Amino acid sequence: MSDTASTPPSAEIDEQTRRDFLLVSTATVGAVGTALSLWPFVNSLNPAADTLALATTEVNLAPIAEGQSITVVWQGKPVFIRHRTKAEIEQAKADDSAALPDPAKDADRVIKPDWLVMVGVCTHLGCIPLGQKEGEPKGDFGGWFCPCHGSHYDTSGRIRKGPAPLNLPVPTYEFQSDTQVKIG
Amino acid sequence: MSEQQPTSKFMQNGVVKWIEHRMPIFSFIDHSVGSGYPAPKNLNYWWNFGSLAGLALIIMIVSGIVLVMHYTPHTTLAFNSVERIMRDVNGGWLIRYLHMNGASFFFIAVYIHIFRGLYFGSYKYPRELLWIIGVLILLAMMATAFMGYVLPWGQMSYWGATVITNLFSAIPVVGESLVTLLWGGFVVDNPTLNRFFSLHYLLPFVILGLVIMHIWALHTFGSNNPTGVDVKGPQDTIPFHPYFTIKDLYGMGVFMLIFLFFVFFAPNYFGEADNYIPADSLATPPHIVPEWYFLPSYAILRAFTNEFILYWPVSWLMTAKLAGVIAMFGSIILLALIPWLDTSKVRSARYRPVYKWFFWIFVLDWIVLGMVGAHPAEGIWVVLGQVATTYYFAHLLVILPILGVLERPLATPESISASVTQPAE
Ligand code: HEM
Ligand code: FES
Repeated sequence: MSDTASTPPSAEIDEQTRRDFLLVSTATVGAVGTALSLWPFVNSLNPAADTLALATTEVNLAPIAEGQSITVVWQGKPVFIRHRTKAEIEQAKADDSAALPDPAKDADRVIKPDWLVMVGVCTHLGCIPLGQKEGEPKGDFGGWFCPCHGSHYDTSGRIRKGPAPLNLPVPTYEFQSDTQVKIG
Repeated sequence: MSEQQPTSKFMQNGVVKWIEHRMPIFSFIDHSVGSGYPAPKNLNYWWNFGSLAGLALIIMIVSGIVLVMHYTPHTTLAFNSVERIMRDVNGGWLIRYLHMNGASFFFIAVYIHIFRGLYFGSYKYPRELLWIIGVLILLAMMATAFMGYVLPWGQMSYWGATVITNLFSAIPVVGESLVTLLWGGFVVDNPTLNRFFSLHYLLPFVILGLVIMHIWALHTFGSNNPTGVDVKGPQDTIPFHPYFTIKDLYGMGVFMLIFLFFVFFAPNYFGEADNYIPADSLATPPHIVPEWYFLPSYAILRAFTNEFILYWPVSWLMTAKLAGVIAMFGSIILLALIPWLDTSKVRSARYRPVYKWFFWIFVLDWIVLGMVGAHPAEGIWVVLGQVATTYYFAHLLVILPILGVLERPLATPESISASVTQPAE
């Protein structure tokens, strides 16, 4: 065709390797650049500043009698606070030597043995285990029972049976006084 | 086919001719679904479900766009805005029930469409890519329906979203950060609802694009047919229009009758009563079940416990939870590999006396998985779920490849015409 440019045949081979190199390097830089420019879009989906703003929750323990539990909300999640009975503490300690899927000593899961504080979200798929209220099933180990797929937690909140892989997590918290804790 | 010039009255129209010259859209339509598209003359009613799925997609898009005009994607308002659609918006109850039940009927059409393909070997050469695009459509539909179900922000919306997004926490190392990224927070909350709404609006149009590619691939070689024998010439085909347009329309009539029966007389039959309770992030409903079309997948997910025989070979490598997640996604993705897993040269199960049995056992297995998914994982259901899951994978990975080699197929007819004029056997 007369109205299109054409390369002289002698220049072809040489030109083509040069062009191939330019083509591949341009395409690579372009592809990497495009991929990198996606990051701000993905990152915008991460928790926003207001969501991250460190929420702490303060709880007065005085009204919780021995053998009672309450549920408080921290960062949108339920936190279980249980005033354990002597028997439950003994049981939890005795079970330190049992076969535990996620081994942990009871002593490492509490600041004061009387008070068990943990995030009440099943480590399987995020349901909220039962056992906080009077009359709810507590599972085979006297702690909590997750009805979603049948996970049993003991009196230290450790996973003992069922599909959940890990113990109920203990959040960071501190005793501000004998009857006041701050979670977070 | 004899040279059929587009000489219809329609094509003679001045405006039509003017457009056609500049953009040949009318002949494009004619070659896609008109008299210019030759279709095998023996297509039976199982071939109706493709166009039925297309109809369902249109119903979903139209009803969905109108719902958005009244819906508010915010945790404090979503539930009430849906109730307002149900009670106050003119005909809102109808539009929502069309959308709610439309999702179920979309899946009914697509599942039958898929099993049709499995029975008649429609995935074999040269239709592998067509089949793979179909599997992608199924995946996109599942994602769309999952996110749509979150929008009314009822108890099942909330806890379904929680359980399913938590699946990703099973992925080693990055799992937890990935879930936080999905949620945009530390629990399923307003950011999650907003992004699901955005994607729920987007994905149906992605599906539409995939459907166009699906049909493009289909029309490259034309439809398979009940004999699985290739079209040999014009004597094997009839024009799509009017023969199959009318047959598809008839099917749509029947489909709409059944669909509208549910919309008007049993609109909540496929639903869960718990989803009429507003989402409560502090109380999990006693029995979480997904929508029925997810039940087989859910059963496969839950089958993976520490005691499950299929888990043992990988137990040194990963948790049972991760294995379950991989198996669930794998059970769908594996479908895309069926063109290569099935080693038989014969397409249609009509001429595969042994495969025919295994096909129906596979259908039964899938139904059993669905029943297992609907029950709490206790007692007999655990065992049944594990047996059915094992069989599901055995069918795809063991039976299909071996059967193609061992089975002695019946003689296939020389052509579609010959299958009628000189009956087999
Ligand atoms: C592939 C097609 C689609 C499927 C499978 C699908 C599925 C669903 C499902 C299962 C629900 C929950 C219904 C309920 O229980 O209340 C839903 C809700 C919703 N969908 Fe879709 N949808 C599709 C397309 C669309 C489109 C295209 C739009 C908008 C452009 C849309 C907008 C909505 C809205 C606003 C809701 C919330 C209102 C409600 O819950 O009734 N959908 N969708
Ligand atoms: S979410 Fe608790 S057992 Fe599955």
